[in-house]
Amino acid sequence: MANEVGTITWISGPVVRARGSRHVGMLELVEVGQDRLVGEVIGLKGDQMTVQVYEETAGMQPGAPIYGTGLPLSVELGPGLIQSIYDGVQRPLPLIEQAMGSFINRGARFDSISREKKWKYTPKANVGDEVKGGTILGVAMETDTFEHRVMVHPDDKGTLTWVAPAGEYTVNDTIAKIKTGKEEKSVTMLQRWPVRRPRPFVQRRGANIPLITGQRILDTFFPVAKGGAAGIPGPFGSGKTVTQHSIAKWADAEVIVYIGCGERGNEMTEVLQEFPHLVDPRSGRPLMERTVLIANTSNMPVAAREASIYTGITIAEYYRDMGYHVALMADSTSRWAEALREVSGRLEEMPAEEGYPAYLAGRLAEFYERAGYVDNLNGSQGSVSIVGAVSPPGGDFSEPVTQHTKRFIRCFWALDKSLASARHFPAINWLDSYSEYIEDVGNWWREKTGKDWLAMRTKAMELLSEEARLSQIVKLVGPDALPYAERMVLETSRLIREGILQQNATDSVDAYSSVEKQIRLLELVLYFHERGMAIVKRGAPINLIHDLPVVDTIIRAKSSVTNEEINKLDDIQKMIDQQMGQLDAEYR
Amino acid sequence: MSEATVLGGQEVVGVGRIEGPIMVVEGASNVSYDEVVEIQDVRGDTRRGRVLEVGEGFAVVQVFAGSTGLSIDGTRVRFLGNTLHMPVAEEMLGRIFDGLGTPIDGGPEPLTDVYRDVNGQPINPTARIYPRDYIQTGISTIDGVNTLLRGQKLPLFSGAGMPHDQLAAQIVRQATLGRVAGAPQTEGEEFAIVFAAMGVKNDVADYFRKSFTESGALTRVAMFLNLADDPPVERIVTPRAALTLAEYLAYDLGKHVLVVLTDMTNYGEALRQISNVRGEVPSRKGYPGYLYSDLASLYERTGRIRTSEGSITQIPILTMPNDDMTHPMPDLTGYITEGQIVLGRELYYAGVYPPVTVLPSLSRLMKDGIGKGRTRDDHPRWGAQLYAGYAKTQDIRALASVIGEEELSEVDQKYLKFGRAFEREFVNQAFTENRTIERTLEIGWKLLSMLPKGELTRVTLDEIKQYYKGDDASS
Repeated sequence: MANEVGTITWISGPVVRARGSRHVGMLELVEVGQDRLVGEVIGLKGDQMTVQVYEETAGMQPGAPIYGTGLPLSVELGPGLIQSIYDGVQRPLPLIEQAMGSFINRGARFDSISREKKWKYTPKANVGDEVKGGTILGVAMETDTFEHRVMVHPDDKGTLTWVAPAGEYTVNDTIAKIKTGKEEKSVTMLQRWPVRRPRPFVQRRGANIPLITGQRILDTFFPVAKGGAAGIPGPFGSGKTVTQHSIAKWADAEVIVYIGCGERGNEMTEVLQEFPHLVDPRSGRPLMERTVLIANTSNMPVAAREASIYTGITIAEYYRDMGYHVALMADSTSRWAEALREVSGRLEEMPAEEGYPAYLAGRLAEFYERAGYVDNLNGSQGSVSIVGAVSPPGGDFSEPVTQHTKRFIRCFWALDKSLASARHFPAINWLDSYSEYIEDVGNWWREKTGKDWLAMRTKAMELLSEEARLSQIVKLVGPDALPYAERMVLETSRLIREGILQQNATDSVDAYSSVEKQIRLLELVLYFHERGMAIVKRGAPINLIHDLPVVDTIIRAKSSVTNEEINKLDDIQKMIDQQMGQLDAEYR
Repeated sequence: MSEATVLGGQEVVGVGRIEGPIMVVEGASNVSYDEVVEIQDVRGDTRRGRVLEVGEGFAVVQVFAGSTGLSIDGTRVRFLGNTLHMPVAEEMLGRIFDGLGTPIDGGPEPLTDVYRDVNGQPINPTARIYPRDYIQTGISTIDGVNTLLRGQKLPLFSGAGMPHDQLAAQIVRQATLGRVAGAPQTEGEEFAIVFAAMGVKNDVADYFRKSFTESGALTRVAMFLNLADDPPVERIVTPRAALTLAEYLAYDLGKHVLVVLTDMTNYGEALRQISNVRGEVPSRKGYPGYLYSDLASLYERTGRIRTSEGSITQIPILTMPNDDMTHPMPDLTGYITEGQIVLGRELYYAGVYPPVTVLPSLSRLMKDGIGKGRTRDDHPRWGAQLYAGYAKTQDIRALASVIGEEELSEVDQKYLKFGRAFEREFVNQAFTENRTIERTLEIGWKLLSMLPKGELTRVTLDEIKQYYKGDDASS
């Protein structure tokens, strides 16, 4: 299907120039050289085309041919995506390993989705039905429990003239026939979609349901809504990846797309080896059975790193179209931006800031705008939430990628090196972070827990910012100079920091906190504050409160009380009552 | 690299342009990107280079030994038809090579027919084994709170004049496969060591050679030396040559290999120099935009794979210009490596060896190599508690410098004592002192026992009961 369309004239790293621009289109997928390496046309000028190559170009010579495919860079969509691990241009890494061994060679060509594997398929539409893009034709069981809803390609519509009976089919088998006018088209479970084109939907909806991650500092303090976009910037060693992994593990999304974009090989291996053994707290199934991995590690070809983000988001949108809630992690968007910069540099484009091309902001916007909570073409609702890690050089948030990202996200989780140094994890700074979804998701909390989350959160944030102010004073004059009431604020803030904000991702109990446990913990700490405040205001010395045994119990509650037995927190409240009661009586 | 020379290829006489270590060769056809060239000057001396960019009828060549003495007309350039390959063999252990992998110890070329591309290939993430076995280095600040695992890349961030070489030498000398606390030490297989020097002084190379000799390791060491007075451009190849050998030893022969790369800052400078001559758009501090990808292509050649028993563990040494950790070299390194061991000037001046500044140091993989069944059950929480305690000490020191030590609360005074003891007894150890994991844990608990029990919220109550030795009666 690929015809020779041009001849290479110049090679520099992943960028190749060739004659023959008349025969290709912009962003067309091409095959480069005798090895037929995968590339994409990124520039046309006169007779010259510029191609970025997704594989190592060492050994290639001017004069070698370029083959056109007539198609834009696309991904294959169909059952089999889940539990897969792909490189940046959707080549299945396990097949590459089988064929080539432990190291990735060039010129590997594999189907992204297995053509042999049979799926248990049940039709959901009938002959005579009028169908359009997005209409669900049937359901294939992608895992024992996950329904892969097979949809009509967004560009197709017509009348169903034939429907396959329930049975086992491969992605190449015809499962329906659609008649449009005089033409009849056979439909399979496999479709292709160009990665740089967002998949269509009817309309966006407001994002007012939080994406619950089980991480207290996120859910309780800086929630991201389903369909929202969040950024995690932080210097190295501050825990971006651990936070991303935690979200990937515990977020209440039905599908997780995890993009390891220019990051460490061992990290992807960790996910691969850990996820099959971890159990999703909601479905009771292994976490891998809802996960799609895209791994383009830092030493893999840089142009494919650029593509990996688009590959991932397109897969996410595809599952959204079925009516699922999808969460996408991109670790790290800075490496993707650097890939843009590298290719831009080879093209000798005029740089804007720090060598980044002027279109950096535009590309970031395009990416983050593909998040959303939408009405799908088929009438269902689905969402894609994006959590993008940012790796600012030197931890300096004023650099271009962080700054531009901030314009297109509504939730900002600022990681802090000094918290990480003190091993306070997640090292998300509560004073620098923000979420614009707080008001939006308040109702959800009220309905779900019956408690006034918004008020409690506001109170806790007040205490924490008061603590920040007071600790400035403490740094100058020591804590003893403060009145007891202010020292009570310090005591409670410590409880919030150590008992709520700190969360141990490696502790089996603490790793995931249910919404009920989160709000109950917060309530408990605020209750402690209220009782304590009343007592110190009557003159009780603060150290009496500091030394109450219940303080230690509250701090340890996060890991001693499981999600299933949160009524044990009532016992702790009774302890507060009892111990505070004694003090209360003494100083009445 | 005699093999490549024999292959031969087309020859061009005269070059179009020479600028620094870069020259443009015109009139060559069938040149491949990244191909190796052999360059002969008018006197007949040869040097090598590689193709950085190729177009129709011209090629941009980087000359490894620099362009001194090359002329426009008299230079003959032979394209060797292949990318840079080097021979690899087990017998290369115990030998010394230059920055391009040619023997300089007077011995013969390694006898082998195995040649490998120095650029290597990326390891498929599905083929990796996640590192889980810790290496006991006998150094408390590493084993205790920044544990090094087999297959990890853990750099030393240092500054000019600090004892990073000693520390690296001590790690290399003492490294053994870790064992569970309390278990007997088994006779483990010794590490093979690949040492690459980039732009360091002769003294440094001599120091390591002496250290390897004294510890009887010399026969297990392959040294690749590109010293301060060697051509800077060769520095680009030196770590690649070293890692190519390391990969052969680890993945073909199943050995456990420790790779020491020093000094990565000089490597970065060589890269910047070439980028600069080529007129590329710079990013930060004049370094090329691809610095991250380039460093990753070195650091990621670490790890374990499923088809081999062996492993590659990397300890790159990097002197931070002006002790600035936000400089692009340490910064981008930190983003790729799995943690960092940071040496600090303050401890160094206080006479603490090794002057490891614990707070900014980190081992990302530590959590997977310690704890129950690996070191000891309490190890992870014990480590977090030491960190938290020492971090708090820093705050209290700042406070004490304002209001005076006497004004501090009783608890805060205990923290100050804890902090001092931590630096003197835990961080500080002799260059020859090889601490077992039990000893390190024991010292840590002794220090934690200086604090009131109520402050120890990171460890469990059971652990306090078992290991806490303080006389504190509260809670």
